[in-house]
Amino acid sequence: MIRVQREDFDVGAELERLTRGNPRIGGVTSFTGLVRDQHVREELHRDRVDAMVLEHWPGVTEKALEDIEAEAHRRWPLEACLIIHRYGRLLPGDRIVLVAVASPHREAAFEACQFLIDWLKTKAPFWKLEQTATGESWVGSHAGDEAAAARWERK
Amino acid sequence: MKVRYFAWIKQTIGIGEEDVDPPASVTTIAELVTWLAARSPRHEAAFAQAKIFGAALDQKVVPLATPVGQAREVAFFPPFTGG
Repeated sequence: MIRVQREDFDVGAELERLTRGNPRIGGVTSFTGLVRDQHVREELHRDRVDAMVLEHWPGVTEKALEDIEAEAHRRWPLEACLIIHRYGRLLPGDRIVLVAVASPHREAAFEACQFLIDWLKTKAPFWKLEQTATGESWVGSHAGDEAAAARWERK
Repeated sequence: MKVRYFAWIKQTIGIGEEDVDPPASVTTIAELVTWLAARSPRHEAAFAQAKIFGAALDQKVVPLATPVGQAREVAFFPPFTGG
């Protein structure tokens, strides 16, 4: 299941809803992404982030997340999967994203959870704009994120 | 065809979408980039960084060398930074 929404979410309530009534589930893993209050512009130069604005591509975003979720189901024996991604203006400490995976065994749950967040970062159309005291700047892509996603590519 | 822009490309050009009618000599997305860049100084500034752009034809992400074909919508965007 995927959701793209402006509103915040309750991690506990979401995990409860994801796993309730399915006794085949032996474990659930989750990753929650938060807005950091610092932006590293250059080495040794940090700006304090006042807010972050997340833009996305309505319609295409949902399709991209559904594709990523379907790929996780193809690769691992999962009982349930959840991706929630927020958009709009968020403040430091706010939740941005939740990825949760339920499976009979922990290995699949851990691996699929990491796969989902790694692929989501580079394959779903979201863009971050950080607002600081000195102005606005769009967050650039990270080589580390590309590398993290690439290790899940199948030859 | 309709052209859509996202994030700082949209901010630089100043509009989120526009209808354009490129000549028949424009066959690939890369050629469309060159043609669009000549529309205004703002387009030129945005497309100066086209090397890192992603593109989509009718909402499907494709390489810049892809022929535009009969696509009704072409989108340009910076690398995704979600999560």
